[in-house]
Amino acid sequence: MIKAPTNAASAGAGEPVLSVRGLTTAFRVDGDWKTVVKDVSFDVMPGETVAIVGESGSGKSVTSLSVMRLLAKGSSRIEGSVLLGGRDLLALSDREMRQVRGRDAAMIFQEPMTSLNPVFTIGRQISEALTCHGDISRAEAKAETVRLLEKVRIPNAASRFDDYPHQFSGGMRQRVMIAMALASRPRLLIADEPTTALDVTIQGQILDLIKVLQEEEGMSVLFITHDMGVVAEIADRTIVMYRGEAIETGATADIFRNGQKPYTRALLSAVPRLGSMAGHDWPLRFPIVDVATGKRSEPTEVAGTIENSARPVLDVKNLTTRFDVLGGLLGRKVGAVHAVENVSFDLAQGETLSLVGESGCGKSTTGRSITRLVQPNAGTVSLEGQDVLTLDTAAMRRTRRSIQMIFQDPFASLNPRMTVGATVAEPIVEHGLAPRAQAREKAADLLKRVGLSPDMMKRYPHEFSGGQRQRICIARALALDPKVIVADESVSALDVSIKAQVCNLLMDLQQSLKLAFLFISHDMAVVERVSHRVAVMYLGEIVEIGPRAAVFADPRHPYTKKLMAAVPVPDPARRGMRRNLVADELKSPVRPLGYTPPARHYDEVAPGHLVRVDDSM
Amino acid sequence: MYSYIGKRVLVAIPTLLIISIFVFSLQKLLPGDPVLALAGEDRDPQTIEYLREKYHLNDPVPVQYIRWVGSALQGDLGISLKTNQPVLKLIGDKLPVTIQLAVMSIAFAFVIGIPMGILAAVKKNTALDYIANVVALSGLSIPNFWLGIMLILLVSVKLGWLPASGYQPFFDDPLRSIQTMLMPAFVLGNALAATLMRHTRSAMLSVLSADYIRTARAKGVSEWAVVLQHTFRNAVLPIVTLSALLFGDLLAGAVLTEQIFTIPGFGKLIVDAVFTRDYAVVQGVVLCTAVGFIVMNLIADVFYVLLNPRMRAAL
Repeated sequence: MIKAPTNAASAGAGEPVLSVRGLTTAFRVDGDWKTVVKDVSFDVMPGETVAIVGESGSGKSVTSLSVMRLLAKGSSRIEGSVLLGGRDLLALSDREMRQVRGRDAAMIFQEPMTSLNPVFTIGRQISEALTCHGDISRAEAKAETVRLLEKVRIPNAASRFDDYPHQFSGGMRQRVMIAMALASRPRLLIADEPTTALDVTIQGQILDLIKVLQEEEGMSVLFITHDMGVVAEIADRTIVMYRGEAIETGATADIFRNGQKPYTRALLSAVPRLGSMAGHDWPLRFPIVDVATGKRSEPTEVAGTIENSARPVLDVKNLTTRFDVLGGLLGRKVGAVHAVENVSFDLAQGETLSLVGESGCGKSTTGRSITRLVQPNAGTVSLEGQDVLTLDTAAMRRTRRSIQMIFQDPFASLNPRMTVGATVAEPIVEHGLAPRAQAREKAADLLKRVGLSPDMMKRYPHEFSGGQRQRICIARALALDPKVIVADESVSALDVSIKAQVCNLLMDLQQSLKLAFLFISHDMAVVERVSHRVAVMYLGEIVEIGPRAAVFADPRHPYTKKLMAAVPVPDPARRGMRRNLVADELKSPVRPLGYTPPARHYDEVAPGHLVRVDDSM
Repeated sequence: MYSYIGKRVLVAIPTLLIISIFVFSLQKLLPGDPVLALAGEDRDPQTIEYLREKYHLNDPVPVQYIRWVGSALQGDLGISLKTNQPVLKLIGDKLPVTIQLAVMSIAFAFVIGIPMGILAAVKKNTALDYIANVVALSGLSIPNFWLGIMLILLVSVKLGWLPASGYQPFFDDPLRSIQTMLMPAFVLGNALAATLMRHTRSAMLSVLSADYIRTARAKGVSEWAVVLQHTFRNAVLPIVTLSALLFGDLLAGAVLTEQIFTIPGFGKLIVDAVFTRDYAVVQGVVLCTAVGFIVMNLIADVFYVLLNPRMRAAL
């Protein structure tokens, strides 16, 4: 034991650990106070996990930062009361509050990649959490740090004490963050989107870890997330936030089963559930619930968009893309990242093929190789019968009309200094397809098509929300009447309700324009909803490909199974099915010089359903 | 680490060669003939011819260049046309003076600029920040020569606190030496301090908003440790690079400052050499300066790597 828990007197079973009453937080924007959290009240009982869910801008993170008083002082104002173990945190001096942070209440954050100081060793950063409260010596702190690293299951903990954050993967860094948070045995852990930036298998590991540690330490956890699957998995009680207000609070199961507020129901119905597509042959639109009235639009199945008789619009054979790894004094080639290795698939008109996998599996590089945003090393890509990879620059430019991309980040992929109208019209003008005036007309048309109004043409990207921006990106991709659209994580950055709307829009467009989508995503539940066929990628290779129904109902490859098992299911009834806690990492596709990839064979387990034959995984 | 330094030194060699060619050709392109200057009033053709032969000025230009580089590599930068002394000796005499001025100016710039930058960042948008910015802007915009003259007028002539000019070698009388250098160092250092302050402030501000600073606060680290350890250790990286680049400003400023305070340093040497078309001296001085600049940047690069674990790992 490092120290006895502080304020043991108030830790009675009936007393809440954290009691928030009338929390109101305002930010000063251009001299005016803007309230972002309005009159929020909730309790967290000892050993309990409470989730705050909501979409971006709902005030959920601001609530957690207000509790910890981590908001910038001059530009924020917190009112109400925040009782931690009976003590009002808002009444403490800065000095007293500093003693509370890390000792009585600890916090972990969303971005493990940037949440650790890059110039200090992780050992120093964790032991600092112990030493900065001044009640432990350096040597003791070091021993305790190693113990903590072991506790969060970092392999070879002692030898990693002097390593720097950049030597750890995202999942491992989040473990380090958790170790840091647990250092002083806090009674309350605030976890602000702790798994959002992680891959799904790593997310599962971290959630399990938090649960196990919570039981061991008897902590209370306040969990901030937008992910209903995570909520169902981890939370005893749930608070739904919408536009700064806590609109509904209750046991998680009740919230999921019979949410009272229309918004809660809207939020839940928009959540894609893995396995919900069993019995459906075709992609299914998301049901949309009106936030104001709670009225639900029944989803429609999109049947028969595929033109099977025609030859595939896109045919990829043995595509291989490698990136050289340089090293040594003279920067010689010492190895290669086998980003895409011998990948083959085809795509029919009106079809959606999804590429799924975790970070580094090569799914994005596949998309970029096909559009030649990166130059593949080998293989053929034929688009409407023409080999894309052998084209010269001018011919490639013409061919790009037929294949367009939509990217992940709708904020970064629009030029902030161009009006929306100019952005959408630009490809038409650039390719000389129409004079400017006509291009503008077409742009107006396209905006209407993606659900925006043509009078928005004169506005700039910053005036739009994330979902609207992604619609603009879609309109721009449609400007050249493409046959194929490569959608690279195009809905991943969007809030659930917006995600549902954008997915529905893509399906509508597919139906009306006979578009073929190469849908690149890490989100299995969305993929299940929108695809006709699915290809699972791992370390640059396709390990399983087949009709969506077959792959999801009957996954054969061990990696596919693992991937699906890791997806949190938004159903509180299925909670508590603990997965394995093995802290295994995603393997690296970096190979030494002279590495020859093994010859692969695929088993056709059902018509069109191919599974890679592996000796071992 | 050593291989990294080795690599940086190798990269410096072509840079030095290009500089040497540049320095050499600039001399050839300059108007004015040093031989005419040497020959004196009567310009006797025989004397001129004799001087041309003596200094190999009749050889083809590339031969002159190779001869010059060859001797320079052996430490022979030629003989001053004006004083008949070896250039290397002239430089060796003047260099310590300028180094003392530079060290004192840099020390002043660091001691004032960096703490002011940190304070301004921490107290952003307060009176303190505004004052620091106004002071910095004044430091940047007041010309050195004006500030120097005003200081001489006030501190030396009116108050009589410090000597107005002159130089005392450091090891003969350290106290007096520092006294004579105090005003020049301030004049030269205040613009550097202002630049450093501005950059420290912006580097600190960008680090202060980083996620890991929030992490440090969340675990209860005291505010001064957040600022001086967590933030400054990251903010110092761009400042290291900047400091090496400021070395150029420092030398340029030294030329003027030494003139004002009549300090017999490097700057005065180069000004005199240019005015008298003392080619060999100009070449030697410029070459020395370039080497100095490259060495400073090399040191900065090494420091940068030492301070940045991500860079260290890449070695």
